[in-house]
Amino acid sequence: MTCVLKSAHITKSRVAAVIAAVAALGLTGCDDTGGDPRRQIGANPVLPAVQQYLVPPIQIARPEPWGHDTPKVPDGFKVQALATGLEHPRSLYVLPNGDVLVIESNGPKAPVFRPKDIITGWVQWFAGAKAPDANQITLLRDTNGDSVPEVRTVFLDHLNSPFGVALVGHDLYVANTDAILRYPYEDGQTTITAPGTKLTDLPGGPIDHHWTKSLVASPDGSKLYVGVGSNSNITENGLQAEYERAAIWEVDRATGAHRIYASGVRNPTGLQWEPETGKLWAIANERDEIGPDLVPDYLTSVQDGGFYGWPYSYYGQHLDPRVKPQRPDLVAKAIVPDYALSSHVAPLGLAMYRGNELGKYRSGAFVGEHGSWDRSPLNGYKVVFVPFSGGKPSGPAEDVVTGFLDANNRTHGRPVGLAVDRTGALLIADDVGNRVWRVSSAHPASASKPAS
Amino acid sequence: MNHIAAIRTTAPLSLGSQPIARTARTAVHRMLTPFSVAYLTAALVTDLAYWRTAEIMWERFSVWLIAGGLIMTAFVAVAAVIDLAFRKHRANWTRVLCFAIAVLLSLLNVLVHSRDGYTAVVPTGVTLSVIAVVLMAFTFSTGWALTYPAHGAR
Repeated sequence: MTCVLKSAHITKSRVAAVIAAVAALGLTGCDDTGGDPRRQIGANPVLPAVQQYLVPPIQIARPEPWGHDTPKVPDGFKVQALATGLEHPRSLYVLPNGDVLVIESNGPKAPVFRPKDIITGWVQWFAGAKAPDANQITLLRDTNGDSVPEVRTVFLDHLNSPFGVALVGHDLYVANTDAILRYPYEDGQTTITAPGTKLTDLPGGPIDHHWTKSLVASPDGSKLYVGVGSNSNITENGLQAEYERAAIWEVDRATGAHRIYASGVRNPTGLQWEPETGKLWAIANERDEIGPDLVPDYLTSVQDGGFYGWPYSYYGQHLDPRVKPQRPDLVAKAIVPDYALSSHVAPLGLAMYRGNELGKYRSGAFVGEHGSWDRSPLNGYKVVFVPFSGGKPSGPAEDVVTGFLDANNRTHGRPVGLAVDRTGALLIADDVGNRVWRVSSAHPASASKPAS
Repeated sequence: MNHIAAIRTTAPLSLGSQPIARTARTAVHRMLTPFSVAYLTAALVTDLAYWRTAEIMWERFSVWLIAGGLIMTAFVAVAAVIDLAFRKHRANWTRVLCFAIAVLLSLLNVLVHSRDGYTAVVPTGVTLSVIAVVLMAFTFSTGWALTYPAHGAR
């Protein structure tokens, strides 16, 4: 659109003068095609100059059912549907006995503040992101590891846009969009009917722009860490709306009291402990509408008290011109994230992995990339593996599960939450295909242990 | 619109003081042009308020006011076409051109105002608002109509 406006040849001199003035005001910009994402993967992503748009680029992948297709996996692996017919599955959690919890959830209705919000609603509906959700958790029990669950029950119902789940002892915590609830859980239980007890409120409506609240418990079980996304793309809902958002909370499990463990993380959608060092790691979705290659989403270790830039800057000290007033004091201490995943891939699932059940993938992080809607060519729509060594990323990300997007840019599914099941297989929630996929080795080195 | 016109043509008959032909000279769309000017001027005011305060409420006012102004200009255009096609008016090209540029810039401006954050208004958005208001002021400084009657005085 901007290119059309820029290249229009208008002969009337007065009009031409106005157009020239408009161009000088910075309205135009023609480089709308994203570059090679590989240049933005790793510790030192290439960052182009900021672009501002009249009409931000939108490329939507229309949904199309899987049919008999499945995602593609590398040689030596197989992929099977562990469950189909789910309602917008967003995240996964594996209980100690191997039962898989599928969190079926979608965001609350977004308010309309500007004409743009009406358009955004249409775009999301078109991409299949407005699918009805069950607001429930489904339990799948596949005791013999053949990807055919013997038990499928509604585990927990009547939730409010849930996302994160964490079990500590017999306390099951569910992070709804507006609160953490605690439920009593007994080993082997397939349905919870007891009412939940609120541990603490979380920042929810009425705007609730980034609604997913990721959750992980500390290894000793004393704290819960919660990923709380920002309430806007880039403060367009006002700074007041961002109170205690774009942050990772540390919640005391005994009292429900919280403190901000790290801030300036626009949307931390996955939290995990790195197994070698025991450090907290997160994936984050960065800001939109300043170019197809800005800003790369990232995977990073999370430092206690660390500030990661949002909204004032990105990737350290790169200022965002859309934020006024600026905060030079905060920008000065903004931490550069550890590992860029490239722009607009929308990482929504993180599974740290250490084991021998998945062939060459022995130590590293699986990342579920939901995929872009504001970039051309499309980016993401796959699950990648970032190899780790010594507790740090040690090489380029490898594509592990692809085929969510077909040759015509139709999307059969979009990967969201990830988990590793008891047999060491990788589980993927697919919120467009409404399935859970299970990726395992086609030739298990040691036969996966049958369930007890 | 036609209803109003009908009333106007019949009213002078009862008074018996004005010739019927006189009423045909009044453009219908001139009743609407002040609304578009008012919307865009109000948007300039809220833009200036945002510029001074960075308070997001003003930016939201601006984008709705510009959008409202554009809807009014669409009504103006339809009514002006009716005046030209059915009421034997001729275009005042200077005014039409200035008006069209102001509308075009406001169309760009509603897109600029749909950006997120400060650059939705400063510097491009507020600049476009100023230009649009100046063009509107110039266009309508000597009258509210974009047309004049075919056989009437200018």
